[in-house]
Amino acid sequence: MSLISRVSVAAMLLVSMAACTGNNMPVGVTPISKEVYGLHMMIFWICCVIGAAVFAVMFYSMFKHRKSKGAVAADFHESTLVEIIWTAAPLVILVAMAIPAAKTLIAMEDTSDADVTIKVTGYQWKWQYEYLDSGISFFSTLDAEHNAARQVGAGIDLTKFGDNYLKEVDNPLVVPIGKKIRFLHTSADVIHSWWVPDLAVKKDAIPGFINENWAFIETEGTYRGKCTELCGRDHGFMPVVVEAVSEEKYNEWVAENTPAAIVAESDAATAGTVEASADDDREWSMDELMAKGETVYNQACAACHQANGQGLPGAFPAIAGSAIATGDVDAHINIVYAGKPGSAMAAFAGQLDNAEMASVLTYQRNAFGNTVGDTIQPSAIKALR
Amino acid sequence: MSTAAAGHHDHDDHGPAKGWTRWLYTTNHKDIGTLYLLFSLVMFFIGGGMALIIRAELFQPGLQLVDPLFFNSMTTMHALVMIFGVVMPAFVGLANWMIPMMIGGPDMALPRLNNWSFWIMPFAFLLLLSTLFMEGGGPAGGWTLYAPLSLQGGDSFAFVIFSIHFMGISSVMGSINIVATIFNMRAPGMTLMQMPLFVWTWLITAYLLIAVIPVLAGAVTMLLTDRFFGTSFFNAAGGGDPVMYQHIFWFFGHPEVYILILPAFGIISSIIPTFARKPLFGYASMVYATGSIAFLSFIVWAHHMFTVGMPLAGEMFFMFATMMISVPTGVKVFNWIATMWRGSMTFETPMLFAIGFLVMFTIGGLSGLMLAITPADIQYHDTYFVVAHFHYVLVPGAIYSIMAATYYWLPKWTGNMYDEKWGKIHFWVSTVFLNVLFFPMHFVGLAGMPRRIPDYSLQFADWNAVASIGAFGFGFSQLIFVYVIFKCIKGGEKATSEVWEGADGLEWTVPSPAPYHTFEKPPAQFS
Repeated sequence: MSLISRVSVAAMLLVSMAACTGNNMPVGVTPISKEVYGLHMMIFWICCVIGAAVFAVMFYSMFKHRKSKGAVAADFHESTLVEIIWTAAPLVILVAMAIPAAKTLIAMEDTSDADVTIKVTGYQWKWQYEYLDSGISFFSTLDAEHNAARQVGAGIDLTKFGDNYLKEVDNPLVVPIGKKIRFLHTSADVIHSWWVPDLAVKKDAIPGFINENWAFIETEGTYRGKCTELCGRDHGFMPVVVEAVSEEKYNEWVAENTPAAIVAESDAATAGTVEASADDDREWSMDELMAKGETVYNQACAACHQANGQGLPGAFPAIAGSAIATGDVDAHINIVYAGKPGSAMAAFAGQLDNAEMASVLTYQRNAFGNTVGDTIQPSAIKALR
Repeated sequence: MSTAAAGHHDHDDHGPAKGWTRWLYTTNHKDIGTLYLLFSLVMFFIGGGMALIIRAELFQPGLQLVDPLFFNSMTTMHALVMIFGVVMPAFVGLANWMIPMMIGGPDMALPRLNNWSFWIMPFAFLLLLSTLFMEGGGPAGGWTLYAPLSLQGGDSFAFVIFSIHFMGISSVMGSINIVATIFNMRAPGMTLMQMPLFVWTWLITAYLLIAVIPVLAGAVTMLLTDRFFGTSFFNAAGGGDPVMYQHIFWFFGHPEVYILILPAFGIISSIIPTFARKPLFGYASMVYATGSIAFLSFIVWAHHMFTVGMPLAGEMFFMFATMMISVPTGVKVFNWIATMWRGSMTFETPMLFAIGFLVMFTIGGLSGLMLAITPADIQYHDTYFVVAHFHYVLVPGAIYSIMAATYYWLPKWTGNMYDEKWGKIHFWVSTVFLNVLFFPMHFVGLAGMPRRIPDYSLQFADWNAVASIGAFGFGFSQLIFVYVIFKCIKGGEKATSEVWEGADGLEWTVPSPAPYHTFEKPPAQFS
């Protein structure tokens, strides 16, 4: 074995060790992610070689050409030939880099002929996934246990979550392997960015725009990512979890989760749909509304208005003693239903179903020391739609 | 001209006024330079304190110390303070002190404007920092103030915008002053191509500032009206365009990046020849490289936005243009090494910082080249890899150049030599901790840790703990810097006019400390 190949084998071993211990970009599970990894390693090694050469000359000079060793300064201060060489040589390297990079970029941007199309909408601070082919639609938020553990001063032992701390959601995105999946990205409020490193997919979710990209996943598995564009207080707490399954399992999952099936389960909450259910028409008791309302409040409102309803002065108004939550019912319903344009207050009409919205409204009017005493029925919300 | 000089002849010998009014009313370039530099030093510790809050929270996973919203306002303010309050004022301070002396002029061309452009700064930062104590807290949408997130802030947002306007006015006035000084106050016979490189890089920087600060002013004014007066420049629901904000911002923001580094190139180009005892290699190509970098800075802005969904042709253009930047930057690094080559080097503190700059700026430049590769950038974007990259070019880049300049010219300013032993300790302690702080960020970034998050998954815990230790070490070792500076101001071994054996340039022909007025009679060697 020649010296060069020994060195390169040793170097590759070192790199793969670094990759194993989680210090490098993941190779990923799509053809694109593998190409991107290859580009990354190629430019990395080019930079290492350039850096080693530059530093070698520099440090040689620093040890050799020092006054304490009796070095006498030469007097040269220009050389047109040398300057032309070190302007031209980097250009050649750049062109050599640009060609494969451009090829990969063209492939990344080609979203044509997709088998499955999923619309991903960013919200503060969760994701909504809509399968445009089958009509499945649900929200995906940080898992409740993780959410409890990440509160300031929670003091919960995080090691029980392992490496997936803050990378677990209630409803993961389920996708098939061996299919071209096209993602459409948009946002309901501020700019987010949907990133799954193993798929080499990162695209900004921008209100008013629809961005596209795609992935062709080769191996089954669970792939985790994060929101990567600062999107407010809980930017660090809206993970992405993608479960890639075989085509058969995927088809089963789709059959189980198409909207009609969800309604039959009458458990709209887990899937977050806004389909009408029998629950909307009956009269709910105060206790029922308050109990459900507390759960919904902690999922949908507490991030800003805080679990104790005190808000964060100046940034997020308090619910406790608020003029809206203790005042006119219609105004209260309206701000939750339609949001407040120009502020962080989102429109929840698309995020909560009738029972959830009615119960959380009732809860806000009768918790944190608010004592309005009225109930808001799901039927009243249904009438608005 | 000569009659005006004669009319003021009786003022030739007067020194500074006594008491605090000296500093308030001063129109002397040296006084104003000192004010800028001290202001920058104070802000360095304020911005550094914010960084330590960030690193303290990130020391271990889980949220221990601060609310995520406050964490976001710390990352935002840390950047605004370090960029606008530390690096830019320090460079302006150095320009004030050194440009008139380097070109053989008696003062800045517009001395009253000079006073005004400094005294705006403390008020601008008072406005900015006061937002931390207002209801709703300071800005928390990142220093880039991306709409629509930045529009969600409290009413303190108006104070942020006005403080940015004040900083901008100050910068533009300072820049106009520098351009006017360089074109009008040079010693008779000194051609542009005879100017020291620090003067050249500042001339080009001043033009960049004049070109892009108004763009920033426009962008933040649109944010202001969107937030308070119901316009919809960046609100998609009202027909606006959130991506347009990013284009406008980075059209300012990328030249701004070079505003933060070009004067550093000038400083390093002064220091390395002095301690190599050999003239700068490739002076002309250094000037052309600086000009090329300045030009390219206007056509690469969207490389900050490769994930916003640009058309393929746009992504290609910005990838190729960005890669081109490495050519003139490479020329500079090669020229500095060629200057050292076959020199007769000694390694006093300014030279140590200059070499630290050269090594670590090159590391930051190489990771910049990696970031230029668009498909890979899509993985790197908004992760700690980017944080590592820009801290490598800004801390051992811009900040080290400012420290190198301080040690280099401090004997000229104070008339005393600084404490060489403590200067060297400052360099080595800073350099070790700085790498402990920033190098691990490359790893966690590549492994998938996004930037601007207050809490992270457990696999990032070890490197984050290491980085936090580095941060506290680096932060506290800057107290040595303060100690050395104040010790040098108070006294020490007297400096000669030349100060350094290999020093070359007009500033070394005047006594140390430089008299209150220098070059009232222009030097004759160029005519």
